[in-house]
Amino acid sequence: MSDEKGVIYRISGPVVTATGIRSRMYEVVRVGHEGLMGEVIELHGDKSVIQVYEDTSGIRPGEPVVRTGQTLSVQLGPGLLTQIYDGIQRPLPVLEKTMGTFIERGVDADGLDLEKEWDFEATVAVGDEVAPGTVIGTVQETETIVHKVMLPPNHSGKVASIESGSFNVTQTVCTLEDGTEIQMMQKWPVRTPRPYQQKYAPDTPLVTGMRILDFLFPLAKGGAAGIPGPFGSGKTVTQQSLAKYSDAQIVVYIGCGERGNEMTEVLDEFPHLIDPNTGKPLMNRTVMIANTSNMPVAAREASVYTGITIAEYFRDMGYDVALMADSTSRWAEAMREISSRLEEMPGEEGYPAYLSSRLAEFYERAGRVETLEGEDGSVTVIGAVSPPGGDISEPVSQGTLRIVKVFWGLDAGLARQRHFPAINWLSSYSLYPQSLDQWFRDNIASDFPEIRTEISSLLQVEAELQEIVQLVGSDALPVDQQLTLEVARMIREFFLQQNGFHEVDAYTGLEQQYKMAKAILTFQDSAKKSLAAGGQLEDVVNVPARTNLMRDRLEKGYLDRIDGLVDEMNKQIAAAAEEK
Amino acid sequence: MSGKEYRTITDVKGPLVFLEKTEPVAYGEIVQLRLTDGSMKNGQVLDTSDDMVVVQVFEGTAGVDLGTGVKFMGDVFKLPVSKDLIGRILDGAGRPRDGGPAIVAEGEADIIGAAINPYSRQSPHDFIQTGISAIDCCTTLVRGQKLPIFSASGLPHNDIALQIARQAKLKDSDEEFIVVFCAMGITAEEYNFFRSDLERTGALENAVLFVNLADDPAVERLITPRLALTAAEYLAFEHDYHVLVVYTDVTNYCDALRQIGAAREEVPGRRGYPGYMYTDLAMLYERAGLVKGKKGSITQFPILTMPGDDITHPIPDLSGYITEGQIVISRELHGSGIYPPINVLPSLSRLMGGCIGEKTTRDDHKSVSDQMYAAYAQGRELRGLVAIVGEDALNERDKQLLDFSGLFEDKFLRQSRDEDRSIDETLDLCWDLMQNISTKYLVRLDQKYIDKYHPTEKK
Ligand SMILES: Nc1ncnc2c1ncn2[C@@H]1O[C@H](COP(=O)(O)OP(=O)(O)OP(=O)(O)O)[C@@H](O)[C@H]1O
Ligand SMILES: [Mg+2]
Repeated sequence: MSDEKGVIYRISGPVVTATGIRSRMYEVVRVGHEGLMGEVIELHGDKSVIQVYEDTSGIRPGEPVVRTGQTLSVQLGPGLLTQIYDGIQRPLPVLEKTMGTFIERGVDADGLDLEKEWDFEATVAVGDEVAPGTVIGTVQETETIVHKVMLPPNHSGKVASIESGSFNVTQTVCTLEDGTEIQMMQKWPVRTPRPYQQKYAPDTPLVTGMRILDFLFPLAKGGAAGIPGPFGSGKTVTQQSLAKYSDAQIVVYIGCGERGNEMTEVLDEFPHLIDPNTGKPLMNRTVMIANTSNMPVAAREASVYTGITIAEYFRDMGYDVALMADSTSRWAEAMREISSRLEEMPGEEGYPAYLSSRLAEFYERAGRVETLEGEDGSVTVIGAVSPPGGDISEPVSQGTLRIVKVFWGLDAGLARQRHFPAINWLSSYSLYPQSLDQWFRDNIASDFPEIRTEISSLLQVEAELQEIVQLVGSDALPVDQQLTLEVARMIREFFLQQNGFHEVDAYTGLEQQYKMAKAILTFQDSAKKSLAAGGQLEDVVNVPARTNLMRDRLEKGYLDRIDGLVDEMNKQIAAAAEEK
Repeated sequence: MSGKEYRTITDVKGPLVFLEKTEPVAYGEIVQLRLTDGSMKNGQVLDTSDDMVVVQVFEGTAGVDLGTGVKFMGDVFKLPVSKDLIGRILDGAGRPRDGGPAIVAEGEADIIGAAINPYSRQSPHDFIQTGISAIDCCTTLVRGQKLPIFSASGLPHNDIALQIARQAKLKDSDEEFIVVFCAMGITAEEYNFFRSDLERTGALENAVLFVNLADDPAVERLITPRLALTAAEYLAFEHDYHVLVVYTDVTNYCDALRQIGAAREEVPGRRGYPGYMYTDLAMLYERAGLVKGKKGSITQFPILTMPGDDITHPIPDLSGYITEGQIVISRELHGSGIYPPINVLPSLSRLMGGCIGEKTTRDDHKSVSDQMYAAYAQGRELRGLVAIVGEDALNERDKQLLDFSGLFEDKFLRQSRDEDRSIDETLDLCWDLMQNISTKYLVRLDQKYIDKYHPTEKK
């Protein structure tokens, strides 16, 4: 028997062992009479252990296994945007066309539409030196995004011929003097990070429009954040808000082992939602990967790699890319399931011993870089974590927290109080403020960091006061502390709470966030003065203008009116003291 | 198919049989065992290689010995499907249990069920009126949703499930649901309760029952819900029915899963349940929904009992991570004599937002629901405080909220087992109860709805 072709020796769920084949690690093979796609994940003497990306029911020992010589790769080129893929980059609309409503097995589909023609505009000329990553031309891929066609990382030389015009992704658009033909499509193995020149320290925030995130726990472009939380606490709503409103230029959204309906929702909604940053439909900048909980686990394992490779590819064009993975726990569980079929020595809670290094490798692919072409590009990664019972002492949460610099901790108690987003302001943190503060000073307000500190210390003080209140009731506190409680309540209800589904409230720009925070501190100052002048707390707190200030944030045009509302509040509070 | 019978069993462990040297056997293939006393058992291949085959035996391995004959049937588990399933009662392995004839198949369907392409799904948005105020107002059920009941032993989850099955309808429509009922390890008494209720109301003629009882083989439970869902998919997507799948008790199902895992000496996950339980449950729960281009739908109403009333136990926990909300039954409310004892505070319907409002239920629904929830939550919290400081220490607002929480339970939650309230009745009842709180404290209500609906302050 030749080395290229072997036979199945054993089948155990998604794991198949083959003999008589001399394969390489991570090589893609075709399994069984139906040619199911699989990937070699372990070699044992003459046995190759393969994880299969489709259901293996009905397959028998003795059926053929064939090498392909390729490692698991994605197709990169125009046509990625607006597409929705499964975990191994098969476009779901194509699968629907070939198989109908249910995903049957044994069907191949190209990641890119190989027939579709694009208007390629050359940006280099004959005789130009080109190197890996050099942009040789552009394609207007969607209304808002220009796709830059780059020389694949392993080629360089002088351009012998290049032509603008209408081409599909497999036609040659450029030849080099050594005869190499370049097409718009390139392939890249998903488990290998794409190259760049160097990594920079992040210094620009990813503006999300979510007040608690931007203001208290900012994430940098090129950074990584973890969102752990029990079921129903708001991981998906938060991730979807980020996909909608964050100021990334490209969004890669991975539904990894979660619900089918949530992906349908994105598909229904995004084409109609307007990107606040471009004024065009959000779909234009989005690539989706949907390997839901009931789709094969091996493909779920691959889905995060497929996603991050696509993200890196757009980063290499000099874009700021944001990637959401919902949920990384399901990815880790896929690893655990495969690992247990391999009868590997389990680590903590049955997860493989390499869990934490896999997590680290994944999040390491985030970053702000100087691309091969010398541009500035970034991949920001936001991973949801679903800890069993909501208890983050488990391995996936812990492994994630060791790596990411931003922790947005969702809290079941807050969700139950319908305080949304249910992000716990006491336990969450961001390690980025120091590197971002200069940006906030330069671009929003010179005292931005100081205002943030004041707001967060008020919340800390509130937590301490609440402990006392639990014992003696709030009436027993001195009036200045009662005021502090009122101010903190204003922070929570007016600033931190934000309805992710409300047309206006769902997104707040940084300038408005700053003004809202200032308004709270202004209230505190005016109230203090009024109390000192003999005003009553009850009156000060209940001035109608403060209610208006708070409620009107749900109305359009709030940013233009907020100063006026604050002035009115100050007047009424001052008047509260005079009435005495 | 392959007629050969092997007598090569080497090991028997729990529900598993290990045998060596066979012709190539397919993963997932159906197996028949003939015991030395002539009796038959059924099983399925869990692991297959040139040297060794592992078979899980649905009826358990009692009586199996090394002389037992094993025959491989050449195919994976399939359910014969037909419209004739409607009105039938089948056992946990899909055989008639009602003394009726065998099902004349229009086709055969693989019971594992392929995943619905997420791109082919359609978002659920049709409001189902259950006639139960707590559900309709606070955790609205949507056609195509999977909404489990999180209950515990000794609580009336069966009554609630039956009431829903009886009363569920689309508002202003007489499109009916047909019920696919799946029993997994429940007692004969519970089953008879379901059956006689369906019989009494005439629903049985329009239902399909798959029944695995407590004294039926435990491992068989692993296929029973798959049969039920396969039937449901066939009826919904081939014959345009709106199917309501009620299955109980998911906890028994998970225990059978744990038993297999233990026998295979798998590394256990939390509390001994297999690490793949999330995926396994998802392969049941995700078989709900609507798909483009088909009229029918599958709505799932799984029932599970939380061991030790603990919502963080892996069974409710993993379920909650997959389903689209949950309805939580409270022992405390049950103890105080309230039916249905639904605790709305930890309950949630994730699809509610997209299905309520002017066009479907009523314009004030969201506002009313938010306010009812908030007022009840605050009132409940005050009960704890009152126990310490006494009622006199409360201010006016808190007194009103405290009283309201009692009314909420007594008037809003409480209803009889055959009381079918329309959504208008439910929302009007909310307004009626909210009169007991001054409007200045009803901050979640939009003024425009107060003007429109408040019994004494409307304009
Ligand atoms: N920012 C928000 N604004 C308004 N409602 C919210 C917000 N976040 C969460 N919710 C509410 O909480 C529900 C659950 O949120 P979500 O689906 O995001 O939870 P999750 O953490 O992803 O749960 P799971 O782990 O089960 O997927 C939503 O359906 C919605 O009702
Ligand atoms: Mg989620």
